[in-house]
Amino acid sequence: MATKAEHLPQAERAKLDRTWETAPGLFGWVGTVDHKVIGIRYLVTSFVFLLLGGIEALVIRIQLAQPDLHVLTPEQYNQLFSMHGVTMIFLYALPVLSGFSNYLWPLMLGARDMAFPRLNALSYWLFVCAGLFLYASFPFGAAPDGGWFNYVPNAARTYDPGPNIDIFALGLIFLGISTTVGSANFVVTLLRCRAPGMSVNRLPIIVWGTFTASVANLFAVPAVSLACAELWLDRNAGAHFFEVSGGGQPLLWQHLFWMFGHPWVYALVLPSMGIVSDALPTFCRRPLVGYTAVAIATVSTMIVGFGVWVHHMFATGIPVLALSYFSAASFVIAIPSAIAVFSWIATIWTGRPVFKVPFLYFSSFILMFVIGGVSGVMTASVALDWQLTDTYFVVAHLHYVLIGINLFPVLGGIHYWFPKMTGRMMDERLGKWAFWLVLIGFNLAFFPMHFTGLMGMPRRVYTYPAEMGVGGLNLTTTIGAFVLALGILLFLTNVARSLARGADAGPNPWDAPTLEWSVPSPPPPYNFGVIPLIASRHPLWEDRLEDIEDASVLERGFLLDEDRETLGVTPLDAEPDVILKMPGDTILPFALALSISLLFGGLFAKSIWLGGAGTLAVLVVLTLWFRPRAEPLQERPALYE
Amino acid sequence: MTRRRSLLAACTGLLPGACAQAPLDYLHGDGIQARSLAQLAWGLGIISLLVVFVIAVALIAAIVRRREAGGKHALAVRRDVGGMRWIYVGLAVSLPALLAMTVWTLLTIGAVAAPPTPPSLTIAVTGERWFWAVRYLDPHDPSGSFTTANQIVIPTGQPVRLLLSSSDVIHSFWVPRLGGKMDMIPGKTNIHWIQADHPGLYRGQCAEFCGLQHAKMAFAVLAMTPADFARWRALQLSNDLRQPLPPATIEAGLRVFASHCAACHAIRGTGAGGIVGPDLSHFGARTTIAAGSLPNTRANLAYWIGHTQQVKPGAEMPPVALTPRESSDLSALLEAL
Amino acid sequence: MNEATIARQSLPVRGTGRVGTAWWGMLCLIATEAILFVYLIFSYLYLGAQSPGSWPPDGPPALRLALPDTCILLLSSAVLEWGKRMHRREHRRGTAWIVGLALTILLGAAFVGIQGVEWSRKSFAFSDDSYSCAYFTLTGLHLLHVVAGLIALSVVLAWSLAGRFRGQGYEQPRLAVLYWHFVDAVWLVVFAVIYLLPRIG
Repeated sequence: MATKAEHLPQAERAKLDRTWETAPGLFGWVGTVDHKVIGIRYLVTSFVFLLLGGIEALVIRIQLAQPDLHVLTPEQYNQLFSMHGVTMIFLYALPVLSGFSNYLWPLMLGARDMAFPRLNALSYWLFVCAGLFLYASFPFGAAPDGGWFNYVPNAARTYDPGPNIDIFALGLIFLGISTTVGSANFVVTLLRCRAPGMSVNRLPIIVWGTFTASVANLFAVPAVSLACAELWLDRNAGAHFFEVSGGGQPLLWQHLFWMFGHPWVYALVLPSMGIVSDALPTFCRRPLVGYTAVAIATVSTMIVGFGVWVHHMFATGIPVLALSYFSAASFVIAIPSAIAVFSWIATIWTGRPVFKVPFLYFSSFILMFVIGGVSGVMTASVALDWQLTDTYFVVAHLHYVLIGINLFPVLGGIHYWFPKMTGRMMDERLGKWAFWLVLIGFNLAFFPMHFTGLMGMPRRVYTYPAEMGVGGLNLTTTIGAFVLALGILLFLTNVARSLARGADAGPNPWDAPTLEWSVPSPPPPYNFGVIPLIASRHPLWEDRLEDIEDASVLERGFLLDEDRETLGVTPLDAEPDVILKMPGDTILPFALALSISLLFGGLFAKSIWLGGAGTLAVLVVLTLWFRPRAEPLQERPALYE
Repeated sequence: MTRRRSLLAACTGLLPGACAQAPLDYLHGDGIQARSLAQLAWGLGIISLLVVFVIAVALIAAIVRRREAGGKHALAVRRDVGGMRWIYVGLAVSLPALLAMTVWTLLTIGAVAAPPTPPSLTIAVTGERWFWAVRYLDPHDPSGSFTTANQIVIPTGQPVRLLLSSSDVIHSFWVPRLGGKMDMIPGKTNIHWIQADHPGLYRGQCAEFCGLQHAKMAFAVLAMTPADFARWRALQLSNDLRQPLPPATIEAGLRVFASHCAACHAIRGTGAGGIVGPDLSHFGARTTIAAGSLPNTRANLAYWIGHTQQVKPGAEMPPVALTPRESSDLSALLEAL
Repeated sequence: MNEATIARQSLPVRGTGRVGTAWWGMLCLIATEAILFVYLIFSYLYLGAQSPGSWPPDGPPALRLALPDTCILLLSSAVLEWGKRMHRREHRRGTAWIVGLALTILLGAAFVGIQGVEWSRKSFAFSDDSYSCAYFTLTGLHLLHVVAGLIALSVVLAWSLAGRFRGQGYEQPRLAVLYWHFVDAVWLVVFAVIYLLPRIG
């Protein structure tokens, strides 16, 4: 099928190419603001962290394979399980979804870039620097060792005197800047940078999911940043936020952390649920059932998600009346998820399945989702949670929701969008082998864990006695973990081989409906030769669906070729109202990330020189960033061809 | 045995590892609290499995059901409608199930939040890294209060009030077979209660990550008939030994204790009053050493004293070097307490 | 909307305020910073609610410096807003704007100075107890935002004096003004919580 951009004359395409392509050499590598490059970097880097977190998990599983093993000392174990959690939850699960969204949003929305391309680059460099900051602790044997939610007073200076927790606290604040900046970018991009006609009721569900998660992050991340700052002050400046001597309150940490933590876990899964909601219909050969219901379910899940944080604190002695409210709210939050599940099943039932690898991941995801969901409902029951909490039952639950609802759609999503990103198809046979290993390994590892928890094995124990009776279950989990690891390895082998020798993909190998499939694979640096006019949710299926009133116009649109430009629209109805100028390659984001790293290095070392230098560098870079441009305001007729 | 009990007992066989082999398993509990929670666990667990089963069947059916083959270019439907009925039906089935589970939960809270009768016995349990300081409180007579550690003895058939706190980090008091857990937070006293209906040894475990030896911070609740409990209590308040020992051994053992142990440990009636480590009064009756790390035998005790960091790396107690004679005297004394 | 309509459109380039994107970005920053203060106020109130003694331990803090300080900050916002609106009307000649901006910076610096004096006169130190660390952190975080705002305003002043805004978009000043008003609004809430609330309860 000829791509729409090919309707543009060659000279015009060359001009857009020159305008938008990344500069060559080191300057371009460091200074690119191309959302596609940044998106792929996010994906690759988060997969590196997935592997690191996975290795940490495998070592943990070796230690726990049988009772009373001495593969690890207690301190090593504590650092490994803490960093496993930190890595997976902060350095893999959100960034990988940022990667997908960064790459796809402009292509799905009909824009040439995100609203703030420099901020986009900044969020990536900050992510890398914060990850390095956290991992730099390992060679010194000083990795965070208080668990990923790091309760006080265990994390206080008295009980954890080394630098481990300082690295945790500063590292999370550092990473929080990346998340905040990235979230602001998504929010404003959605509100302003779309093609005309891409109204809110036509947005892909991954856009709904990421947008909801981004708004939530703007409101949730400050809670953990503040908690970490208060902890740092307790540990380094003699404060008494959590220190009991002097009136501090250990539970304050838990409140602040979980006020962040609960919305955060929904930020980790709503975008990936969106991946399934957008990609599954392609393999069912029909649009998603109940689009509006699913969109509303996405937003309402997050809103209710701000009101359930105490369900992580059911055993802390909070009054029963309050606990009952939070328990009821935690049951209620299952309802929008149920809507989504039935929507997906209905889409498969009334559709016609295409048994390619992505479909395997997306359909099995539904079952993993429900298993994770029901174990969550069991923990929502406050009375039952008094038994379940802090046992391996919760570990089983959280892995079903995180691996099931995040990793499965990610793997399927990579298979699905790999052709768009690289112009090559991934291998189907290798993909199926990897899928089955992942599915079997994952369930072999984590389904028995429910029973391990019901039999009373507590969390975060470096070993357990034979009398506990959980040796067999733990061995099964360990074996499953290695099978899962093998599946991931096979998946990555597939990626590597397909990059080199995959079959050529055209612009739309899956015959999918959404806008990103209308451009070449891989897309040109300018995404769209002309900004199209959108008339439905499924621009590329309009010729085959009967109930479309208007047809999208993809081969004519706004040209916008005087330097880097894209279209700005009104938030709800997407009517064009401004031509936005986009920045070109610049090293300012990289410089700002380095400056902030210097600042955090200074805080960690408690060095006023380092900290001062970092602050000064930040101010200088920000001044350059915001400097006024010598361009008069103007209006001009938007060329439309 | 009620029909429900026998059904539960029958289901036990389906689970890998029956009761006796899993001392922390809370699907089979003793006492009203644990039984209410176990019923809730079974109930919600069975509903959950049912939900998973139904969804799995629906999912597989949706995938494999026969359809007319469409052309490569054709979609499965011609209009973006159809299928909403799934959502309506799904919600119609899910909502009552969720409501039922919520109501069952609230009813269970009502049953377990407070004891049915006012407790006559109050015990203050304080979590410390990594053992349990236990103080029996006598509200009428201060001299009737006494301290022990790591093993909590209670009379059967009556609720016992627990005042839970911590002297360092957050721990969590959990005896799965007798009820749910309650955190022990420094600066705060959480009021909890347990009740055992049958005599026996119920294993407890710290259930909040508290540092290096969280894994080996276990304890035991020993439930005995009220008559036995009264005898036990009388023994605790006395300075008698449980087992006879030659006076020379007692004296030798006490000397070793005074010079090597009394800085951190206490034994009532001997003048040794260290409060850093667990109180060792009447230590011999305890089932384990070092909060569940080793069974309490002479050999294990001697090994523990000389090799604490091998048994429980990171424990606050340093290994104590004793001559074989000192070790033998000390162990003999401690076992006889 | 149809093709014919949008094809005829003439659109502004770059856009300022609501029509651009930077204004929305600043709103996101303000939202996230505002909620940061909400969580810090929550910490302060939680510590107070759990405190066995009275809160604040030494009774409500004195208004002698804080009240005039608040008025100074409010005045600075008013002056800045005046300068911004005069500038719009003066068709970019800029005198009122420069004056307003300079005054605002002076008033803001006065605020910082007076707060510093109040800090030095407190009978408690940062690491004394939960009240003292909450007080200094809450007022200190706000002070940090004021200082950041002053730096931003100073840079904008330098650019204004250099004539960098003549005849073009007024985006940076507008963003700085928005930020400054935000800082002022936060102070009103912090002031109410720390100084007024103890007098009511």
